[in-house]
Amino acid sequence: MTQSPNNSQPLDAPRPTIPLPRGPVPQAPPERERRSIEIKIDGESVAVAEGSTILDAAKKLGIDTPTLCFLESLSPVNVCRVCVVELEGARTLVPACSRKVEPNMSIRTDSERVRLSRRLVLEFLASSVDLSTAPAVHAYMDRYDAHPERFGSARATVAQPVIIDNELYVRDYSKCVLCYKCVEACGVDAQNTFAIAVAGRGFSAHIATEFDVPLPDSACVYCGNCIGVCPTGALMFKVEYDMRQAGTWNESRQTQTDTICPYCGVGCDLTVHQQEGQIVGVTSPVDHSVTHGNLCIKGRFGWQFVQIQPVDPDGK
Amino acid sequence: MILLWGSNARETHPIFFHHLLKGIRNGAELYVVDPRRTSSAQWANLWLGLDVGSDISLANAMGREIIVAGLANEKFIQNATSGFEAYKAHVEKYTLERAERETGVPAEAIRRMAHAYGSAPRSQICWTLGITEHHDAVDNVVALINLALLTGHVGRYGSGVNPLRGQNNVQGGGDMGAIPDRLTGFQHVENDQLRAKFEQAWGVKIQPKRGWHLSDMFEAMEHGDLTMLYVLGENPADSEADRHRALKRLGGLEFLVVQDLFYTSTAELADVVLPAAAGAFESEGTVTSSERRVQRVRRTVPPPAGVRDDLEIIFDLARRLGHDWGTPDPEAIWNELRPLSPMHGGMSYRRLEEMGGIQWPCYDESHPGEMFLHGRLWSEPLIGPRAPFSVVEFEPPVDQLDEQYPIRLTTGRRLDDYNTGVQTRKYASPLRRKEALDVSPEDGQFYKLREGEKVRVTSRRGSLVAPVRFDSALRPGLAFLSVHAHDQIATNELTIDAVDPKSGTSEFKATAIRIEKV
Repeated sequence: MTQSPNNSQPLDAPRPTIPLPRGPVPQAPPERERRSIEIKIDGESVAVAEGSTILDAAKKLGIDTPTLCFLESLSPVNVCRVCVVELEGARTLVPACSRKVEPNMSIRTDSERVRLSRRLVLEFLASSVDLSTAPAVHAYMDRYDAHPERFGSARATVAQPVIIDNELYVRDYSKCVLCYKCVEACGVDAQNTFAIAVAGRGFSAHIATEFDVPLPDSACVYCGNCIGVCPTGALMFKVEYDMRQAGTWNESRQTQTDTICPYCGVGCDLTVHQQEGQIVGVTSPVDHSVTHGNLCIKGRFGWQFVQIQPVDPDGK
Repeated sequence: MILLWGSNARETHPIFFHHLLKGIRNGAELYVVDPRRTSSAQWANLWLGLDVGSDISLANAMGREIIVAGLANEKFIQNATSGFEAYKAHVEKYTLERAERETGVPAEAIRRMAHAYGSAPRSQICWTLGITEHHDAVDNVVALINLALLTGHVGRYGSGVNPLRGQNNVQGGGDMGAIPDRLTGFQHVENDQLRAKFEQAWGVKIQPKRGWHLSDMFEAMEHGDLTMLYVLGENPADSEADRHRALKRLGGLEFLVVQDLFYTSTAELADVVLPAAAGAFESEGTVTSSERRVQRVRRTVPPPAGVRDDLEIIFDLARRLGHDWGTPDPEAIWNELRPLSPMHGGMSYRRLEEMGGIQWPCYDESHPGEMFLHGRLWSEPLIGPRAPFSVVEFEPPVDQLDEQYPIRLTTGRRLDDYNTGVQTRKYASPLRRKEALDVSPEDGQFYKLREGEKVRVTSRRGSLVAPVRFDSALRPGLAFLSVHAHDQIATNELTIDAVDPKSGTSEFKATAIRIEKV
């Protein structure tokens, strides 16, 4: 072997055969103290820390507020308006997901005005967008007695062909409510890849890659974090899409089990979705301290090796 | 201030890099030391593109500059370290000008990095295989540790030295004692008292001397001192440096057993192949991540017919060898080791579940685990021994460049693939391109090559034909190959098995090659 001896001399090194004594338990620096702010929601008092949102306060009271564009791990963009509440003294309804609490606010979450607004938002969305893979929105529509058919034949407005330009994702923008979550997950809130943004204005606004190129020609790195946050199924794993097309997708026969990703040493939590003994998708919990719901291409898609059917590694 | 040294974490540890990006968004500075201008380096305030293997010169010059600029933490050095005077005298030779000569990095850039590292209230150094896949791997590591000791950027929240682990349980393997000189929980096998504790619990005699690491084993195969090998979940026929020699050594074994998910290149050489279940998806147990977090893995799907869990195979093997260990139960095995390994003592399955994993050490069930190590170095009076400075000298890579072999080849991973590709090449990645030798556009021009053109790549040990691709992340004289697709490009035909005797790692990162048109 053509090797030269290496040369480090640890100076007075502790003997490795002797275990080191225990030190103090390390502590994180204390969090900045936040004063408590009291507000009233639907006549009930609640105190939350300064900087919390009306949504946080409502949650503390057990009030279930509908949301579409909101996710704990993303910065609020206030675009869907389905979470609006009535703030005493304010001219307009305010979005609960982003409006910070202020002392002595008085909020109504279920007034006639709030219900009408939420109903209209849901009707407008459902009359223009295909919400067939968004069960949560259907539950909201029942709650607010929404009838999108009042606005003409449903979903026709933004109907467009499904885009299948790679082996991992399917994009069906007929189902897109322009909630921006995918843009945020791809951008500063998580992935910082900036492969997608909203292009066009007004009615032409749509989620696009740079110059609307196909995904494989874009900056996309296939982390799937956009799919992870999509609330309507506009972005979907190809496995799920194919199974839905074949009529074999059956959520009632699926279970979810958490394990740890088999690749690098970061220790990402994988929630593995299985149906009939086959993996059909991988997600990650938003509240996991390592992932915050995000994964990379290997964690999200690199599980094919445990399946029995072979795949062409070059995707041909 | 974050110093990423010999790591392309953006691609190799993507979710760790999310956390790092949060730091950058919160105002942290990022410095990246890497021969390639990687996708990680593109986020840096400053990229230091050093020549492969010149890390010690760079680190020593940084140390000298920190001392000269008065940025050393004298109080910490006084209270918690030893050997500072010898270190100071040693690095005195490593002027910025000398380091510029040896590393190819402009002196001003080294100065800027030294000042940024030394003067930030919190700095940390993160590294991966760019530091450790060298013949002087351990020297590289202690050269970085010296910097942390010099500035006191260790044992405090937000500071530290952080090797980013490349495999989901490489930390756990070491913790469990799958290293030559340690029993479970890093307890030294040559300490009589510690060994006696295990002997009593297990009712067996344990050899009082350390064993061989991987490279020792391959040496021993050469000399006929090792004639039988049992390989679990490893593919050395593709992953060992100097593949030609590694295959010869594996071929000379009298008996080879391979336990794996797939019929790997190594399995093809085996006398017996034991088909095993996929640990992360088809087994129960724990793994330990890079941040020492022990977490539960669970059976998410059943293994295919005829395939068995690693534990079942090992238990059956023990039974055939005359030891009946009963029925394998991962939790019972875990509970057996907890009283033996103090750092795992408080980690019941229930607590691991409730707390979303626990970072060792966790001594008892009221202990929360520890988010960073070495906090003892800040206690006054000091608890335990002083942390030693080390004197390390720059030494160029073993496989030296000359007129015959003028190009430096380095190796690494790509975002969508993993090691020898046994697992990842089963999924269709849209990012995956045909493997190619990446060269700088300047070298492409110099050798009058077109992209995609096949060239002959030759090192002192082997030769292969590969298409070329131009990569502007590479500087002239530097080429790159991944290690993922040995069916397309057998990278390790070229690499050198110059081994660091302390760690057992080969110098995968530095091969001398030449490129010829075919």
